[in-house]
Amino acid sequence: MIAGVSIYEILTVTTLLFFIGIYGFLTRKNMITMLLSVELILNASAINFVIMNKYLFPENLEGVYFSIFIIAIAAAESALAVAIIINLYKLVTSVEVEDTETMKY
Amino acid sequence: MERILFYFLALVMVVFAIKAVTSRKMLRSVIYLLFVLMGIAGIYFMVDYTFLAAVQLAVYAGGVIVLIIFSVLLVHHIELRLDVATATRKWAALLLSALGAGLTLFAIYSYPFQAVENRNVTEIEVIGAGLLNTGDGGYILPFEVISILLLAVMIGAIVIAKGEKLENNK
Repeated sequence: MIAGVSIYEILTVTTLLFFIGIYGFLTRKNMITMLLSVELILNASAINFVIMNKYLFPENLEGVYFSIFIIAIAAAESALAVAIIINLYKLVTSVEVEDTETMKY
Repeated sequence: MERILFYFLALVMVVFAIKAVTSRKMLRSVIYLLFVLMGIAGIYFMVDYTFLAAVQLAVYAGGVIVLIIFSVLLVHHIELRLDVATATRKWAALLLSALGAGLTLFAIYSYPFQAVENRNVTEIEVIGAGLLNTGDGGYILPFEVISILLLAVMIGAIVIAKGEKLENNK
Protein backbone atom coordinates (compact mmCIF):
# COMPACT_ATOMS: atom_id res chain seq x y z
CA MET A 1 0.00 0.00 0.00
CA ILE A 2 1.06 3.59 -0.50
CA ALA A 3 2.51 5.10 2.69
CA GLY A 4 0.35 7.89 4.08
CA VAL A 5 -2.43 7.50 1.52
CA SER A 6 -5.70 5.98 2.68
CA ILE A 7 -7.97 3.80 0.54
CA TYR A 8 -10.58 6.58 0.53
CA GLU A 9 -8.34 9.00 -1.35
CA ILE A 10 -7.49 6.50 -4.07
CA LEU A 11 -11.16 5.46 -4.45
CA THR A 12 -12.06 9.16 -4.76
CA VAL A 13 -9.63 9.56 -7.66
CA THR A 14 -10.92 6.45 -9.43
CA THR A 15 -14.53 7.54 -8.93
CA LEU A 16 -13.70 10.89 -10.52
CA LEU A 17 -11.99 9.16 -13.46
CA PHE A 18 -14.98 6.83 -13.92
CA PHE A 19 -17.52 9.65 -14.02
CA ILE A 20 -15.32 11.81 -16.25
CA GLY A 21 -15.47 8.83 -18.62
CA ILE A 22 -19.26 8.70 -18.30
CA TYR A 23 -19.46 12.43 -19.03
CA GLY A 24 -17.30 11.98 -22.13
CA PHE A 25 -19.38 9.03 -23.31
CA LEU A 26 -22.58 11.06 -23.00
CA THR A 27 -21.33 14.25 -24.65
CA ARG A 28 -19.07 13.00 -27.46
CA LYS A 29 -20.54 12.43 -30.90
CA ASN A 30 -17.56 10.85 -32.58
CA MET A 31 -17.14 7.10 -32.26
CA ILE A 32 -13.39 7.14 -31.64
CA THR A 33 -13.69 9.66 -28.82
CA MET A 34 -16.52 7.59 -27.34
CA LEU A 35 -14.15 4.63 -27.44
CA LEU A 36 -11.61 6.71 -25.50
CA SER A 37 -14.20 7.39 -22.82
CA VAL A 38 -14.96 3.68 -22.54
CA GLU A 39 -11.24 2.99 -22.04
CA LEU A 40 -11.23 5.54 -19.23
CA ILE A 41 -14.20 3.83 -17.54
CA LEU A 42 -12.63 0.37 -17.84
CA ASN A 43 -9.31 1.58 -16.44
CA ALA A 44 -10.94 3.30 -13.48
CA SER A 45 -12.67 0.05 -12.53
CA ALA A 46 -9.44 -1.93 -13.01
CA ILE A 47 -7.62 0.30 -10.50
CA ASN A 48 -10.48 -0.23 -8.06
CA PHE A 49 -9.96 -4.01 -8.22
CA VAL A 50 -6.23 -3.62 -7.58
CA ILE A 51 -6.63 -1.13 -4.73
CA MET A 52 -9.28 -3.22 -2.95
CA ASN A 53 -6.96 -6.21 -3.30
CA LYS A 54 -3.92 -4.39 -1.93
CA TYR A 55 -5.57 -2.55 0.94
CA LEU A 56 -8.17 -5.04 2.17
CA PHE A 57 -6.93 -8.53 1.20
CA PRO A 58 -3.15 -8.29 0.63
CA GLU A 59 -2.68 -12.07 0.96
CA ASN A 60 -4.82 -12.82 -2.09
CA LEU A 61 -4.26 -11.85 -5.71
CA GLU A 62 -7.84 -11.93 -7.05
CA GLY A 63 -7.83 -8.22 -7.87
CA VAL A 64 -4.66 -8.58 -9.92
CA TYR A 65 -6.13 -11.45 -11.95
CA PHE A 66 -9.32 -9.54 -12.59
CA SER A 67 -7.34 -6.48 -13.67
CA ILE A 68 -5.33 -8.58 -16.10
CA PHE A 69 -8.58 -9.97 -17.54
CA ILE A 70 -10.06 -6.47 -17.74
CA ILE A 71 -6.98 -5.22 -19.61
CA ALA A 72 -7.14 -8.17 -22.03
CA ILE A 73 -10.85 -7.69 -22.71
CA ALA A 74 -10.40 -3.93 -23.11
CA ALA A 75 -7.65 -4.49 -25.67
CA ALA A 76 -9.84 -6.99 -27.56
CA GLU A 77 -12.79 -4.61 -27.44
CA SER A 78 -10.82 -1.66 -28.77
CA ALA A 79 -9.31 -3.75 -31.57
CA LEU A 80 -12.77 -4.87 -32.71
CA ALA A 81 -14.20 -1.37 -32.32
CA VAL A 82 -11.41 0.10 -34.45
CA ALA A 83 -12.04 -2.56 -37.13
CA ILE A 84 -15.77 -1.74 -37.14
CA ILE A 85 -15.08 2.02 -37.26
CA ILE A 86 -12.71 1.64 -40.22
CA ASN A 87 -15.20 -0.54 -42.08
CA LEU A 88 -17.94 1.97 -41.33
CA TYR A 89 -15.78 4.81 -42.63
CA LYS A 90 -15.37 2.94 -45.91
CA LEU A 91 -19.16 2.64 -46.23
CA VAL A 92 -20.50 6.01 -45.03
CA THR A 93 -17.27 8.10 -44.97
CA SER A 94 -18.04 9.33 -41.49
CA VAL A 95 -17.55 8.19 -37.93
CA GLU A 96 -20.10 10.51 -36.36
CA VAL A 97 -22.83 8.70 -34.46
CA GLU A 98 -25.60 10.66 -36.18
CA ASP A 99 -24.55 9.52 -39.65
CA THR A 100 -24.75 5.82 -38.85
CA GLU A 101 -28.47 5.24 -38.92
CA THR A 102 -28.88 1.78 -40.39
CA MET A 103 -27.27 -1.54 -39.64
CA LYS A 104 -27.55 -2.63 -43.26
CA TYR A 105 -24.19 -2.51 -45.00
CA MET B 1 7.29 11.57 -0.32
CA GLU B 2 4.97 8.84 -1.61
CA ARG B 3 2.03 10.95 -0.54
CA ILE B 4 3.24 13.90 -2.61
CA LEU B 5 3.87 11.60 -5.59
CA PHE B 6 0.39 10.14 -5.27
CA TYR B 7 -1.25 13.55 -5.16
CA PHE B 8 0.80 14.65 -8.16
CA LEU B 9 -0.27 11.53 -10.11
CA ALA B 10 -3.90 12.00 -9.07
CA LEU B 11 -3.89 15.63 -10.18
CA VAL B 12 -2.26 14.74 -13.51
CA MET B 13 -4.75 11.93 -14.12
CA VAL B 14 -7.86 13.94 -13.34
CA VAL B 15 -6.72 17.01 -15.31
CA PHE B 16 -5.71 14.98 -18.36
CA ALA B 17 -8.88 12.88 -18.16
CA ILE B 18 -10.96 16.07 -18.26
CA LYS B 19 -8.84 17.35 -21.15
CA ALA B 20 -9.25 13.98 -22.95
CA VAL B 21 -13.04 14.11 -22.87
CA THR B 22 -13.37 17.83 -23.65
CA SER B 23 -10.57 18.55 -26.15
CA ARG B 24 -11.85 19.45 -29.60
CA LYS B 25 -8.83 18.04 -31.43
CA MET B 26 -9.13 14.28 -31.66
CA LEU B 27 -5.45 13.38 -31.81
CA ARG B 28 -4.78 15.54 -28.75
CA SER B 29 -7.47 13.82 -26.76
CA VAL B 30 -5.86 10.45 -27.58
CA ILE B 31 -2.51 11.73 -26.30
CA TYR B 32 -4.17 13.10 -23.14
CA LEU B 33 -5.64 9.63 -22.58
CA LEU B 34 -2.13 8.19 -22.92
CA PHE B 35 -1.00 10.39 -20.00
CA VAL B 36 -3.94 9.17 -17.90
CA LEU B 37 -3.03 5.54 -18.64
CA MET B 38 0.60 6.17 -17.70
CA GLY B 39 -0.57 7.76 -14.45
CA ILE B 40 -2.58 4.60 -13.77
CA ALA B 41 0.57 2.53 -14.40
CA GLY B 42 2.29 4.81 -11.87
CA ILE B 43 -0.39 3.96 -9.29
CA TYR B 44 0.21 0.25 -9.95
CA PHE B 45 3.94 0.78 -9.40
CA MET B 46 3.23 2.60 -6.13
CA VAL B 47 1.18 -0.30 -4.74
CA ASP B 48 4.04 -2.70 -5.67
CA TYR B 49 2.21 -4.57 -8.43
CA THR B 50 5.04 -4.04 -10.89
CA PHE B 51 3.91 -6.81 -13.25
CA LEU B 52 0.51 -5.22 -13.62
CA ALA B 53 2.11 -1.84 -14.26
CA ALA B 54 4.27 -3.36 -16.98
CA VAL B 55 1.21 -5.00 -18.55
CA GLN B 56 -0.65 -1.70 -18.38
CA LEU B 57 2.20 0.15 -20.10
CA ALA B 58 2.76 -2.54 -22.74
CA VAL B 59 -0.88 -3.18 -23.63
CA TYR B 60 -2.24 0.36 -23.36
CA ALA B 61 0.65 2.68 -24.19
CA GLY B 62 2.17 0.23 -26.63
CA GLY B 63 -0.93 -1.34 -28.14
CA VAL B 64 -4.29 0.30 -27.71
CA ILE B 65 -3.13 3.93 -28.01
CA VAL B 66 -1.11 3.19 -31.16
CA LEU B 67 -4.12 1.38 -32.63
CA ILE B 68 -6.42 4.30 -31.85
CA ILE B 69 -3.91 6.83 -33.26
CA PHE B 70 -3.79 4.79 -36.47
CA SER B 71 -7.57 4.76 -36.73
CA VAL B 72 -7.71 8.52 -36.05
CA LEU B 73 -5.21 9.14 -38.84
CA LEU B 74 -7.18 6.87 -41.20
CA VAL B 75 -10.66 8.27 -40.67
CA HIS B 76 -10.21 11.87 -39.55
CA HIS B 77 -8.64 15.07 -40.82
CA ILE B 78 -6.34 16.24 -38.03
CA GLU B 79 -7.05 19.93 -38.51
CA LEU B 80 -10.77 19.35 -38.21
CA ARG B 81 -12.28 20.40 -34.90
CA LEU B 82 -14.83 18.07 -33.36
CA ASP B 83 -18.46 19.06 -33.04
CA VAL B 84 -19.44 20.01 -29.53
CA ALA B 85 -22.62 18.73 -27.94
CA THR B 86 -25.47 21.15 -27.37
CA ALA B 87 -25.47 23.06 -24.10
CA THR B 88 -28.53 21.18 -22.84
CA ARG B 89 -26.92 17.81 -23.45
CA LYS B 90 -23.67 18.98 -21.85
CA TRP B 91 -25.40 20.21 -18.70
CA ALA B 92 -27.56 17.07 -18.52
CA ALA B 93 -24.46 14.87 -18.82
CA LEU B 94 -22.60 16.97 -16.25
CA LEU B 95 -25.52 16.78 -13.83
CA LEU B 96 -25.88 13.04 -14.32
CA SER B 97 -22.18 12.31 -13.81
CA ALA B 98 -21.92 14.69 -10.84
CA LEU B 99 -24.93 12.98 -9.30
CA GLY B 100 -23.40 9.55 -9.89
CA ALA B 101 -20.02 10.64 -8.53
CA GLY B 102 -21.68 12.16 -5.46
CA LEU B 103 -23.65 9.00 -4.78
CA THR B 104 -20.61 6.76 -5.22
CA LEU B 105 -18.41 8.97 -3.03
CA PHE B 106 -21.12 9.02 -0.36
CA ALA B 107 -21.26 5.23 -0.45
CA ILE B 108 -17.45 4.95 -0.27
CA TYR B 109 -17.05 7.42 2.60
CA SER B 110 -19.85 5.91 4.65
CA TYR B 111 -18.37 2.39 4.47
CA PRO B 112 -15.74 1.55 7.13
CA PHE B 113 -12.94 -0.09 5.14
CA GLN B 114 -10.65 -2.27 7.28
CA ALA B 115 -7.32 -1.55 5.61
CA VAL B 116 -4.52 -4.00 6.46
CA GLU B 117 -1.04 -2.49 6.86
CA ASN B 118 1.34 -4.36 4.58
CA ARG B 119 4.34 -3.90 2.32
CA ASN B 120 3.97 -7.18 0.44
CA VAL B 121 5.84 -7.40 -2.82
CA THR B 122 4.25 -9.87 -5.25
CA GLU B 123 6.57 -12.04 -7.28
CA ILE B 124 5.64 -12.66 -10.88
CA GLU B 125 5.94 -16.42 -10.27
CA VAL B 126 3.07 -16.23 -7.79
CA ILE B 127 0.84 -14.49 -10.33
CA GLY B 128 1.78 -17.00 -13.03
CA ALA B 129 1.21 -19.97 -10.72
CA GLY B 130 -2.22 -18.62 -9.75
CA LEU B 131 -3.21 -18.06 -13.36
CA LEU B 132 -2.24 -21.60 -14.36
CA ASN B 133 -3.54 -23.28 -11.21
CA THR B 134 -6.06 -26.04 -11.92
CA GLY B 135 -6.99 -26.55 -8.27
CA ASP B 136 -9.24 -24.54 -5.96
CA GLY B 137 -9.12 -20.81 -6.59
CA GLY B 138 -7.15 -21.34 -9.79
CA TYR B 139 -7.71 -19.20 -12.86
CA ILE B 140 -6.83 -21.67 -15.62
CA LEU B 141 -10.33 -21.70 -17.14
CA PRO B 142 -10.74 -17.90 -17.55
CA PHE B 143 -7.14 -17.76 -18.76
CA GLU B 144 -7.89 -20.25 -21.55
CA VAL B 145 -11.20 -18.59 -22.35
CA ILE B 146 -9.37 -15.27 -22.71
CA SER B 147 -6.90 -16.83 -25.14
CA ILE B 148 -9.78 -18.16 -27.27
CA LEU B 149 -11.48 -14.76 -27.07
CA LEU B 150 -8.30 -13.04 -28.28
CA LEU B 151 -8.01 -15.47 -31.19
CA ALA B 152 -11.67 -14.90 -32.12
CA VAL B 153 -11.17 -11.12 -31.89
CA MET B 154 -8.08 -11.29 -34.07
CA ILE B 155 -9.92 -13.21 -36.80
CA GLY B 156 -13.01 -11.04 -36.41
CA ALA B 157 -11.05 -7.80 -36.65
CA ILE B 158 -9.31 -8.96 -39.83
CA VAL B 159 -12.58 -10.06 -41.44
CA ILE B 160 -14.48 -6.91 -40.46
CA ALA B 161 -11.73 -4.46 -41.42
CA LYS B 162 -11.27 -6.16 -44.80
CA GLY B 163 -15.00 -6.02 -45.44
CA GLU B 164 -15.95 -5.68 -49.10
CA LYS B 165 -12.78 -7.04 -50.66
CA LEU B 166 -13.14 -10.38 -48.90
CA GLU B 167 -16.63 -10.77 -50.35
CA ASN B 168 -15.48 -9.95 -53.88
CA ASN B 169 -12.64 -12.44 -53.84
CA LYS B 170 -15.03 -15.37 -53.55
